[in-house]
Formats: sequence, structure tokens, C-alpha cells
Amino acid sequence: MTVTLPPFQALLDAHRAEVLRFLVALVGRQDAEDCFQETFLAALRAYPELRDAKNLRAWLLTIAHRKAMDNHRSRVRRPEPVEVVPERVIAPAPEPEPALWEAVRALPPRQRTAVVARYVGDLSYREVARIAGGTEEAARRNAADGLATLREAWER
Amino acid sequence: MKDVERALRLKDARALDDAAAEAAGRLATRAVAEKLVDVAYAFVDTPFGRFLAASTSRGLIRLAFHPEPVDEVLAQLAARVSPRVLEAPSELDEIRRELDEYFDGRRRTFDLPLDWRLTRGFSERVLRATARIPYGGVSTYRDVAARAGNPRAMRAAGNALGSNPIPIVVPCHRVVRTGGDVGNYGGGPEMKRALLRLEGALDESD
Repeated sequence: MTVTLPPFQALLDAHRAEVLRFLVALVGRQDAEDCFQETFLAALRAYPELRDAKNLRAWLLTIAHRKAMDNHRSRVRRPEPVEVVPERVIAPAPEPEPALWEAVRALPPRQRTAVVARYVGDLSYREVARIAGGTEEAARRNAADGLATLREAWER
Repeated sequence: MKDVERALRLKDARALDDAAAEAAGRLATRAVAEKLVDVAYAFVDTPFGRFLAASTSRGLIRLAFHPEPVDEVLAQLAARVSPRVLEAPSELDEIRRELDEYFDGRRRTFDLPLDWRLTRGFSERVLRATARIPYGGVSTYRDVAARAGNPRAMRAAGNALGSNPIPIVVPCHRVVRTGGDVGNYGGGPEMKRALLRLEGALDESD
């Protein structure tokens, strides 16, 4: 059976803002643009081979999450520059609550993934589990633990 | 107490939309450079309204104008050529320039390569015969049917012209009825008459 895939541009138009927001939550404004490019280039590369067109949004967010993790790993390896001068800053700031998002990015990776995928990406726990690896139950627990940490850090 | 869940879900929509639109524009440039775009398209302003132009690595594959719906044209390209369809205006600079010159009366033939993939068989033969009708001239449905190999297949020739994927450049507007009536046109008979007037095949009063 062949699947009918919409023109890639339609995907980009429909989901670009959500993907960017998801990436800003995971890696911060400064790196989100690069991750955005990497995400959609990877998606475009794989697109014609896609066998299931039912949930393209979750597929894109899964790729975005992978690119965000790659970004984190390369961040860790890369020595931190003395003064960070961003080449491109996404403006105006999409972060009305900077302290909250800082706390999100300070969460342990599994909790951060679960919280962002669930609340920013608005994905079901089943999809969160697929992105994060592990069970639905673990995804639920990680999201709950992450949320508890955020409350601790932010709500008072 | 502040609500974490609500704050996480809160969408600062507009600021992000603008940033995402810019990022998406930059994506097209990179995707073209990395040869990941199989069908590039753009919109071209003309005296007959906004045209949709699409090209592949082989050449121009599609021109479309009102009343053809953009969504359907793009969906057709995705299904029949490749779903890697992306708006990439720089890839359509050549057709934009040639169309400008044509509508300005400064160009009589189109020089850019064509991708004939959206047509085949008898239809392709009809359209290739049509592509040879010179600027300023006209032909009849019977003529192009004959040149495609079957003089009695006038209705099939009409259908082939009616589904011409590259109108204007493949000048189906130059095929008219035997009695002198201009016949049908995708953009309407008035557009067909205007094109023939532009080319000098019809008098200004016709």
C-alpha cells in the first residue's frame, strides 16, 4: 500500500511554529534555530520513504527531540566560549517566563524530555514514551517528577 | 501560587510565528543547496494574476493560474513526482524573467528546459505538437490531432490541451476551433483571446 504524503511545504507551514517552540523549550533560544534547520533537513531527507502519514506532527517532534539531544551532546564536548555572542538571536524573545524555562532546561534529561513533550509538545504519554524510549508508565512518572521539581523551583 | 502546567502550555504565538517563518525561509535555501528539493515552486505575478510555477531538476514541470486551486496542484505534484515539494523562489528566477518578458511583448519563445513527466502517450504527442506552433500563429484541434498521429481524435486532443500542465509555455492558447471561434481555455476564453491579441494573432477588435 502506498501512502499519500502531503507536499512537504504543507508540513512545514502547519508545524514550523510548534517545532520551534518545542526546540526553544529543550535547548534555549540560541540553539533552537540550528536545531530547527537540522530537524527539517533530516525530515526532508527521510520524507519520501515514510510509510505512515497518520501522525506527521509527532514524527517531526521526534526528529526535533533527537536533534536537541545531539545539540546537547555537542555542547558538552564543545568548550564553553568565554563570551557567548549569538550569531542569530530569534527575536523577539519567545520566553515570557525566563526563569521557568531555565528550570526546564536544568531538569535531568529524561524529565526534561517528558515535561516538554507532554506539556509543550502536547503529545500523549504513548508518544512521549516513544520519543524518550521506555514505557508509558516511565514517561508519566518522569513528567510528574519533572513537574514537581519545576513547582519547587518556580511556583513560590 | 503560579501554575506551572499553564505556563508551560502558554503559547506566545505571534513572536514565535515570525521567527518560525524566517527560519522556514532559510530552510528552503539550505534544502536546495543540499539537493533535497525535488519540486521547487514559487508564485509569479502576471497581468493575468498570480501564477504558480514549479520546476524539477529536469526543468519547468507546471504552470497554474486561476481557477486552478494551489493546494490541488501541489498535492498532484507530491503524488506524481515527489512529496519533497518546497517553496523555493530562487529556483524559479528563470521562468519568472521569461514570463515577464513574454507578457511585456519582448519574448516570443521560451528558452528554459521543460519536464514533460506529467503527460504521456497521445496527450504528450499533442502537447509536443502544440509546442511547435509559432508565436503569432494558430492551429486547429484537428491539426494538432493529426500531427499527434490521429486526425480523428479531436476530442482527445481537446482533452490533452485542457489538461496541459505547462500552459503559456506550451501554447495551447494557439489551438482554436476550425470555424474561427477561439474555443475553451483553462483561464477562460477571454484570457485566451487576450493572449492571442498580445501575440498579434487576433486583431485588437476581436
